[in-house]
Amino acid sequence: MSYEAVIGLEIHSELKTNTKIFCGCATTFGAEHNTHVCPVCLGLPGVLPTLNKRVLEFAIKAGLALNCEINKFSKFDRKNYYYPDLPKNWQTSQYDLPICENGYVDITKSNGETKRIRITRIHMEEDAGKLVHSGNTIKDSDTSNVDYNRTGVPLIEIVSEPDMSSPEEARLYMEKVKSILQYIDVSNCKMEEGNLRADLNVSLRPAGSDVLGTRTEMKNINSFKAVEEALTYEIERQEEVLEDGGHIIQETRTWDPDRGITLSMRSKENAHDYRYMPEPDLVPIITTDEEIEAFRNSLPELPDARKARLEEQFGLSAYDAGIITSSRDMAEYFDGVIETGADAKLAANWIMGDLSKNLNAESLEIADSPVDAKRLGEMIGLISKGTISSKIAKKVFEEMWKCPDSPEKIVKDKGLVQITDTKAIEEIVDKVIEANQKAVEDYKSGNKKAIGALVGQVMKQSKGKANPQTVNQLLAQKLG
Amino acid sequence: MKVTKKDMENVAVLSRLDIPADKEAQYTQQLNDVLEYFDNLSAVNTDDIKPLAHVLPISNVFREDVVKESLDRDLALSNAPLKEDGYFKVPKVLED
Amino acid sequence: MKLFEQPAHVLHDMLVNKEITSLELTEAVLARIDEVEGDVKAYLTITRDEAIAQAKAVDEKIARGETISFLEGIPGAIKDNICTKGVKTTCASKILQNFVAPYDATVMTKLREQNPVIIGKANMDEFAMGGSTENSAFQKTGNPWNTDCVPGGSSGGSAAAVAAGTAVWALGSDTGGSIRQPASFCGVVGMKPTYGRVSRYGLVAYASSLDQIGPITKDVTDCAHILNIISGRDEMDSTSVNEEVPDFTKALVEDVKGLKVGIPKEYFVKGMDPDVEKTVREAVKKLEELGAEIVEISLPNTDYAISTYYLISPAEAATNLARYDGVSYGERAEDAADLVEMMTKTRTQYLGEEVKRRIMIGNYALSAGYYDAYYLKALKVRRLIKEDFDKAFEQVDVIVCPTAPTPAYKIGEKISNPLEMYLQDACTVPLNLAGLPGISVPCGYSSNNMPIGLQIIGKALDEETILRVAYTYEQSQSFHNDRAQLGGN
Repeated sequence: MSYEAVIGLEIHSELKTNTKIFCGCATTFGAEHNTHVCPVCLGLPGVLPTLNKRVLEFAIKAGLALNCEINKFSKFDRKNYYYPDLPKNWQTSQYDLPICENGYVDITKSNGETKRIRITRIHMEEDAGKLVHSGNTIKDSDTSNVDYNRTGVPLIEIVSEPDMSSPEEARLYMEKVKSILQYIDVSNCKMEEGNLRADLNVSLRPAGSDVLGTRTEMKNINSFKAVEEALTYEIERQEEVLEDGGHIIQETRTWDPDRGITLSMRSKENAHDYRYMPEPDLVPIITTDEEIEAFRNSLPELPDARKARLEEQFGLSAYDAGIITSSRDMAEYFDGVIETGADAKLAANWIMGDLSKNLNAESLEIADSPVDAKRLGEMIGLISKGTISSKIAKKVFEEMWKCPDSPEKIVKDKGLVQITDTKAIEEIVDKVIEANQKAVEDYKSGNKKAIGALVGQVMKQSKGKANPQTVNQLLAQKLG
Repeated sequence: MKVTKKDMENVAVLSRLDIPADKEAQYTQQLNDVLEYFDNLSAVNTDDIKPLAHVLPISNVFREDVVKESLDRDLALSNAPLKEDGYFKVPKVLED
Repeated sequence: MKLFEQPAHVLHDMLVNKEITSLELTEAVLARIDEVEGDVKAYLTITRDEAIAQAKAVDEKIARGETISFLEGIPGAIKDNICTKGVKTTCASKILQNFVAPYDATVMTKLREQNPVIIGKANMDEFAMGGSTENSAFQKTGNPWNTDCVPGGSSGGSAAAVAAGTAVWALGSDTGGSIRQPASFCGVVGMKPTYGRVSRYGLVAYASSLDQIGPITKDVTDCAHILNIISGRDEMDSTSVNEEVPDFTKALVEDVKGLKVGIPKEYFVKGMDPDVEKTVREAVKKLEELGAEIVEISLPNTDYAISTYYLISPAEAATNLARYDGVSYGERAEDAADLVEMMTKTRTQYLGEEVKRRIMIGNYALSAGYYDAYYLKALKVRRLIKEDFDKAFEQVDVIVCPTAPTPAYKIGEKISNPLEMYLQDACTVPLNLAGLPGISVPCGYSSNNMPIGLQIIGKALDEETILRVAYTYEQSQSFHNDRAQLGGN
């Protein structure tokens, strides 16, 4: 039988506020353990939470950017479960009246097809602390140490409908959500720091069926690669179980990235009776239409709109515009290049080409690129003016990567200016014709391709500086 | 009895409490008595009545996103039953 | 009257007039402790040295000619569920027997601005769960009027200390009557302010939507003064009310003429002690003589208040007390193989019977399958109970009824039957459910000479009117001048 996968994601995103959701402790990543704690986030007897206004603002912005409705009456609830990284043994979260509901994002698959993924809800909640353990895994450590710095860092949880049917769609969905959160600047989205992580729910059903199968869940997946790999593995595993006539057990499984497999966690049956109750220590949140509209108006241009604009305004292909707008930083870098008057298509090519290659090689973010948008724009300007060839530009770019000089200065200092002086080129052309009579003969006897070898020779002797168009013209002229 | 043995076991797990064998009958009886008394609520018609979680009509109380001083770590750990190198130390964790 | 028998407002005047020093007063109170504390057992912690130092500092200030505030230099007691930086806060629980809060509750911050003398931390029912202070894990407090009897609870230590003269004033907390009922049992004045009037930050939570801190004093005048000190919006408590705090002492006028006093028929029912009914009816009559208009009213959902309260408060308690797990503070059980066993052993070993019972009731009511029938149902009935009061207050200015259905009973008499204990709270829990202010003032004695309290209930944020009625009634009687016969006194 052939099966189809039904996938839903719960994405947790830490918000980039200065302070925790319910107290004034700093949220800075990487601080010395247990130094960003206070009576409130330690859950000491007698403490009460106070809601960070910016958390609400960020959650509403995220909701609007993800096409959600904002609930005008929202409240917090206690989600009760015991774990040592949760000092109160409940997580302050939102249950039946989350801040946002009924949104969606559109993803574009590699085959060009667009698919809409619906978002059920977005709610605000607090992050838990961290357990540090001595052994390889928590279960084979005799003791664990608890660091409460992360306890109370604000999170939004974005819950999708089970609208995805392949690991690729799940990855694209998560990439899209990340991109949008970065555009609206509510999260750092640094996946390696755990800013963005997803719980994956997956089940199988016979292709074409409407009935949902039993699902399994994999928690805290924090890279796009792992999203795809874990889902691919889990879909295959479920397929095998079903093919063998077995049943899928509803359970939480861990993804082991080293072994590339998922493992059952065998949690207790009633461990997930969360006994939600309204949080009596926090008052309801009431939002007006005017406030919601003000937030909507404060949103920047989002990826889909920006992509459409780049296609329309600069004639970029859908593919190029999609890549350029996939992150706000890249899109802004592109705008910076364009502002210098550089050609848009050249800009896109350079950003997606040499710049991305160099950034990847050194694991740098585009915002930290040694070549900023202005210098790249100037360099593209030199190409357009004919001062340097595209080939020379590659050398100039490598120099720019290493030193902060302007491209003009590099071109001048290194003597990389393109030779456009016809007379100077003519001298080289004459020498090359003389030295390559065989090629000349071939050309004259009708093998027009032979001119390529001659052009190559001229370029070589000019150390790449000769203007290739001039070289072509001169050769064609002289060879009749 | 309204309260079954299974109910008691479930409640004990949710409460992280052990019910000693010699107290089980007594605990069950007492829980049963109060729950039976609470059943008087079933006489109240609460159709169309909204639950009341907050007694005062207060809403939208916020704090500005301004960093306040955290506790000194030694003070944060001062009541810890067991600590090590600035961490709270706990026994082996078997469940996630 | 001896110094330790005087109310704070008298002692304040004596300090201002330099008739006494704070050190003399503090030493008198400490001597009284030496004399009677062995029988009363009101304190869990006595901070003698700090008290003497505080008193001396106030005396120096007076000697320098500086003016002093109302409570300055006057000894008081703090219920042991209010966090005091650097001094143990145990909630009368073994699980917190060594817990020292690294911060002060907001009420403590406000009090300390007044430089009072803090004598110590008062005994209570463990985590404020109980009505007799017998649920303290450490000691049973005796009622100063008869130490074989309970002082009431859960603020039994606070009320007993004020009644015994081992504190001039005290702070308590009231979730379902825990200030008013012990005040009634001990013949003193106790007020639960409107929910949100006083910050709960630093009050160790029992049931967060019901808890409120309030004063326990020797008379209504002291009550108004202390309410002035502790009230007001606190940025650390989102549920504290952002309303201007009136000067409550302005409400201390002897005049109830034309005030409409509601008498709820549902509060005078079967099971009520005849002495209580008789005494309270006499007090109502007195109010009428003083010019108040008595109106019989109905609060039809009163019968459901106990069930509602004993579902909501344990549900909130079950989550509030989940944090006592031996991980980052409090006691931890030894010899546990893993984390779950450690948590379970710790809680089983260090929490008391009544606390465990309420945690189990709460988790039962919140658990899958029972949530709608119990917890959600209770939240709905809570609204109906509140609406009863809303309707009643369209007709009347205050509501008057007994504080407790009986006077103080013998230690050990009721503790073995939880349900019977719960039913004792019938007159007090409705106010907490509705968030309303209430005061208990002494209104007479039972046939065996135990005090009886009159409860006056007001509209939300209208503590002034109940203070006015309480003051007018108090001044027409002399109960507030009576003192328990104890020790050499």
